[in-house]
Amino acid sequence: MNFDLLMQLVINGLIVGLLYGVVGMCFVLVYKSTQIVNFAQGEFLLIGAWVCWAFLVYFKVPFVVGFLLTLVFMASFGVLLQMIVLRPMIGEPIISVIMITIGLSMLFQALMKWIFGVSAESYPQVFETQSFSILGLNIEAAYLMSTGIAVVIMAAFYWFFKYSKQGLAMRATAFDQQVAQSLGISVKHVFAMSWAIAATVSATAGIVIGMVNGVSDSLSVIGIKVFPAVILGGLDSIVGAIVGGLIIGVLENVAEFFDGQYLHWGNLYDIAPFYVLLVILWFKPYGLFGQKDIERI
Amino acid sequence: MSTTSMRPCGDFRTSYQQDNTIFETKFIWLLAVASVGLLCLAPLFLDEYFLSLAIQVSYLGIAALGLNILVGFTGQISLGHGAFFGFGAFASAWINTQFGIPVFFAIPLAGFLTMAVGMMFGLPAARIKGLYLAIATLAAQFIIEDFFARAEWFSGGSAGAMADSVNIFGYLFDTDQSFYYIAIFALVTMYLWGSNLMRTRDGRAFVAVRDHYLSAEIMGINLTKYRLLSFGVSAFYAGIGGALYGHYLGYVSAEGFTIMMSIQFLAMCIIGGLGSVKGTLMGVIFMVMLPESLESVVGLMKETSWGNIPAVVDGIAYLKEMAIGLVIILFLIFEPEGLAHRWAQIKNYWKFYPFSY
Repeated sequence: MNFDLLMQLVINGLIVGLLYGVVGMCFVLVYKSTQIVNFAQGEFLLIGAWVCWAFLVYFKVPFVVGFLLTLVFMASFGVLLQMIVLRPMIGEPIISVIMITIGLSMLFQALMKWIFGVSAESYPQVFETQSFSILGLNIEAAYLMSTGIAVVIMAAFYWFFKYSKQGLAMRATAFDQQVAQSLGISVKHVFAMSWAIAATVSATAGIVIGMVNGVSDSLSVIGIKVFPAVILGGLDSIVGAIVGGLIIGVLENVAEFFDGQYLHWGNLYDIAPFYVLLVILWFKPYGLFGQKDIERI
Repeated sequence: MSTTSMRPCGDFRTSYQQDNTIFETKFIWLLAVASVGLLCLAPLFLDEYFLSLAIQVSYLGIAALGLNILVGFTGQISLGHGAFFGFGAFASAWINTQFGIPVFFAIPLAGFLTMAVGMMFGLPAARIKGLYLAIATLAAQFIIEDFFARAEWFSGGSAGAMADSVNIFGYLFDTDQSFYYIAIFALVTMYLWGSNLMRTRDGRAFVAVRDHYLSAEIMGINLTKYRLLSFGVSAFYAGIGGALYGHYLGYVSAEGFTIMMSIQFLAMCIIGGLGSVKGTLMGVIFMVMLPESLESVVGLMKETSWGNIPAVVDGIAYLKEMAIGLVIILFLIFEPEGLAHRWAQIKNYWKFYPFSY
């Protein structure tokens, strides 16, 4: 058994898993506060990465400025999306809600392909050094940065929902919309804010992944990969999303390792999370940390 | 069948039988027969292009009706219908080439095989519903797609599988003109069966499960059984549609049956109207015509002096995709009950014509 390779893959899995966790957190955030399952989550990554790329390459702004501009753009994009498309969907059956985000996903994916083409583009160089060596393992600088950003985002989420007034308002809304409304919380604002947060944070993840692998259409696949992660963790648990993301990230890399070394089935990297997903849904549909749906008659 | 030749203005039904009829008056029945007859004459005056569109509408329409039975009538959600469609196509080709069973019998057999697979992936529906079910079927979509690429004994792997043309008593249905009859025959049969299914106990049970599953269970409907059955029926339709598709093209490749196809089937159901057999067909026609008409519009634009915009002309593939996404969103916001509802409104308007209030 090639232990070094396995170790390297596990580390990679953890790094990618953290990013899955971040995207999963956005997904859970939107689901918890607005009861909308966002199938267009992957497109947020895609749009964010392309917009930032356009700022950097077409308008030649420095990275930090471009990054901040992208965040502003994505926040307004998220709010607008919520106001125009998703507000009419409140109270509609779940199939309509699912389909409208799928429609959005198709629309934006095609739009991005139309505007920016299908070939992968790489970001201008941001870091001086390419990779570090820690404990004999090679870790790319961009990966290190992505881990840093992911951890910062998670800490920010923790602070936001634990201490800030807005975060508490969002939690109250997620708990019970009517009660929140009667306490003077504007549910409209909360909905808009959760979409804005989801869009900006996903865009950050998209930019980070884009810096490592280049920006291309395949970024939107993350939006689908996130499903196994959030289901594993429980659809309405932010901690669950992080844990689920880490597990799925490690799992796909380990699956690839065993596939490459022993099984030679091919393509396990992409498909293993979905088998896990089915198994979880069979035996523990509400995931590791999710709350069980109890229905009253 | 009702006795009057005209329908009274208002609801004067006195028996369940009257409430259940498909053809409410003799005139409607005659009209239905006449339109089927007219459809049979269509190859005489339609060219290949429109025939191929009609065939496309047939096989997609059959599969879409299956999805509508699952989504619109039973209230379950499936994001894996495209994969079942593909499974039907491969299964029919496989049964035909592997066991030497004639294509005409291979098609229904493929339907039953797909039904078994559909019920297997419908098993989670016994425990979960709504969103969780949607995600479980999403997993099914990817797993089946992966299976196509992997199982060379079944699908020919990346090379794809050859599918023979339909052959009945030595007569080969290998042109558009001849296959058209097979497609129309299958379409009419499956739609009649679908409409009739909804009039049976099982069909009413489906609707009860959709409307309020707890009440349905209290009334003695076995939820697990009917959810599974609905998945089975839906996959059966998908299998038949897929098998027709395979034998029409003569070649099945593993690439086509992506999540995109599943989404298109869902879009057909939503645009046509969830829970409407007639609406399904309208939705399918709409979704087949949408890219075609876009293409012809861009084709016309290319000829004019102002319309030859490279971005539009070269990006037509993306424009088509965007149009599908946009149409889904617009329908969900402005006409969530689909074309069937709009059609009923138009009919009502004319029925009461000068006094349309």
